[in-house]
Amino acid sequence: MQREMTGAEMVLQALKDNGVEHVFGYPGGAVLPIYDELIQQDTIQHILVRHEQGAGHAAEGYARSTGKAGVALVTSGPGATNMVTALTDAMLDSIPMVCITGQVPTNLVGSDAFQECDTVGITRPCTKHNWLVKDVNDLPRILHEAFYVAQSGRPGPVVVDIPKDVQFATGTYEIAQANPSNHKSYRPQLKGDMTAIRAAVELMSKAKRPVFYTGGGVVNSGPAASQLLRELIDLTGFPITSTLMGLGAYPASGDQWLGMLGMHGTYEANMAMHDCDLMICIGARFDDRITGRLDAFSPHSTKIHVDIDPSSINKIVHVDLPIVGDVAHVLEDMVRIWRASSFRARPELKEWQGQISQWRSRNCLSYRQSDDVIMPQYALQRLNEAIKGRKDVYISTEVGQHQMWAAQYLGFESPNHWLTSGGFGTMGYGLPAAIGAQVAHPGALCINVAGDASILMNIQEMSTAVQHGLAPKTFILNNSYMGMVRQWQQLLHGNRLSHSYTDSLPDFVKLAEAYGGKGIRVTKPGELDDAIQEMIDSPEPVLFDCRVAQLANCFPMIPSGKAHNEMLLPDEATDEAVANAIDTAGKSLV
Amino acid sequence: MNAHKSDALSAYFLAETSDVLETHTLSAIVDNEPGVLARVIGLFSGRGYNIDSLSVSETEHEKHVSRITIVTTGTPQIIEQIRHQLDRLVPVHIVRDLTVAAKASNQEKPLERELALIKVRGEGNKRLEALRLSEAFKATVIDATIDHFVFEITGRTNKIDQFIEILKPLGLVEVSRTGVAALARGELGLKDVHDEI
Repeated sequence: MQREMTGAEMVLQALKDNGVEHVFGYPGGAVLPIYDELIQQDTIQHILVRHEQGAGHAAEGYARSTGKAGVALVTSGPGATNMVTALTDAMLDSIPMVCITGQVPTNLVGSDAFQECDTVGITRPCTKHNWLVKDVNDLPRILHEAFYVAQSGRPGPVVVDIPKDVQFATGTYEIAQANPSNHKSYRPQLKGDMTAIRAAVELMSKAKRPVFYTGGGVVNSGPAASQLLRELIDLTGFPITSTLMGLGAYPASGDQWLGMLGMHGTYEANMAMHDCDLMICIGARFDDRITGRLDAFSPHSTKIHVDIDPSSINKIVHVDLPIVGDVAHVLEDMVRIWRASSFRARPELKEWQGQISQWRSRNCLSYRQSDDVIMPQYALQRLNEAIKGRKDVYISTEVGQHQMWAAQYLGFESPNHWLTSGGFGTMGYGLPAAIGAQVAHPGALCINVAGDASILMNIQEMSTAVQHGLAPKTFILNNSYMGMVRQWQQLLHGNRLSHSYTDSLPDFVKLAEAYGGKGIRVTKPGELDDAIQEMIDSPEPVLFDCRVAQLANCFPMIPSGKAHNEMLLPDEATDEAVANAIDTAGKSLV
Repeated sequence: MNAHKSDALSAYFLAETSDVLETHTLSAIVDNEPGVLARVIGLFSGRGYNIDSLSVSETEHEKHVSRITIVTTGTPQIIEQIRHQLDRLVPVHIVRDLTVAAKASNQEKPLERELALIKVRGEGNKRLEALRLSEAFKATVIDATIDHFVFEITGRTNKIDQFIEILKPLGLVEVSRTGVAALARGELGLKDVHDEI
């Protein structure tokens, strides 16, 4: 296909040619030509957000819940800079996203023109790649390349910055010229080295205390990867834990599931990591929230690391057997080799499983129940009961205690149903992400588990939800505190709660109503079930103001500077234990 | 099998390491497009890597590719990170660690040369001494008046350092250096050089 068209038309054509159905955006001077094309077609639906950051997180939620790239469209200057947080968020969590930004006309670039900023300069470190398009004839190639780069290899966000004159200019659109799979310099390695994979399977067949440590890479690799992972777990009978980003790849109801690991992971997961003799890390990156104290991190294990990004290997922790490749490709080979070699799990595995059951019986997620006040954990357990068994539930979160509790108490059965800001920890992520997921899955139940502080960071997107007939439900665990900040102040700063209490919170019920949504408030544990059902049944977006125990803290916890086997468990976390949990060296850590 | 950095309490202390620092020369072939150098330099500053020397120029005009040569100092693990991080940049075609490649084939170092222009001002004996030294160092005079010389010198970095050091008391005015250009010894091109040990 070869046709003459304007740059703005090319944008729309390239979006269509890449299968895009939804764009999240906000208009402005430098993208008016593209918006003029948008209104004259109906293949692509535009979702008008209330703040560009919201467009970015919505695109992320869309991407995470579909596996396709999310698309955002914003104007130059502040439009672009408002995207920076969302781009960085997508970068750290490897979320495919194509962001198109308007730019001042080419002849004004560099003149400090109105709403001008150096978008490619500002977004260079927070994108996988970015482009400033100076010639309309380069635009089709760049747009197709942008989708390819965002979605292939280790996915990530890309920015295409298009000056206004390029949007008006006429050039030749050619789809044939864009064949990115033979890109001249960017060719991600999908297939793992067979010798290394064979060696890995060999190690697995000899392991006495093995554990799978999986991450967001499994989800990013597509549904087949999760399927193969489940198959491999069934074949080997090895226990499995996952990072925050990887939840759902293996079902929480699965026999071998240990729960999440890391700073707020379960006792059994962290102890298994510490005591294992073989760690099989798949699509995870030894983040500091995972490893805890590095010199005491899993001291006796041989480590296998499967990752599509060679720079993830040996970055933090030295591994014995690296395998560079796409998770699904490598898992497929592992499963095949394991089957062909008719390996059986070793009898010693029974002992290991016995040990794990013992750790499990420590019941590390227990908490003291109350009849008068709602414990935040209890609220989430009731929510979990209400959504159990439903396949069309997408959970997003903001960032803080509620996020960790959601990861601990909600069971995720399948990949792409859990949308959370893991690497970057962006408060304000959850509501727009839930909107993005709702756009992709109109009939589904999209719930944003939020805190009272986080939700206010992008609350304006309630208006977006109402305008577009979307009904995400925001489940606010309202304790009037920035709970995680307060928890750290208790741990590190002598319980001096510096500015972590919010004195003048809005009335969330009235706020929901002001936006045209529905507000629900619950203060007693006994009212929870009915209110949750009312929330689920509501055809409108909901702000659910769940008043929870104000001073509850999130446990288990590996205090900074401590090892996996030095967790602070809820029943041991007295005020004194909390105040002394972190030593001087640990205090400087984040 | 243990965590790599034995004295690290957490990832935040990775920089405090007992591993010895090494200086390596890396070569990268990149698309000659706007911003590519900013990507490379931004990677180094953003991740806290060192740049001892960096030189870049288009090497194949028809293919629009440039060659970047970077001399950097870090622990072996950091240098391996640098190589992979560079390779992750979309316009980067190939990255090779020439120092590792040299060691892998039992050579001390890759071929490394630098060019410097050095201006010296002086009279009488100092002037004569400068000229005499330039001959010893095989530098050439490319500009002169009765008050000054500009020398051009090519060689390994330490040879140029030495020449500049010697010229300091003889009226050194200023120096312009290109940074290191490097190739692997032997018949193999960058693509075929092995830099994994």
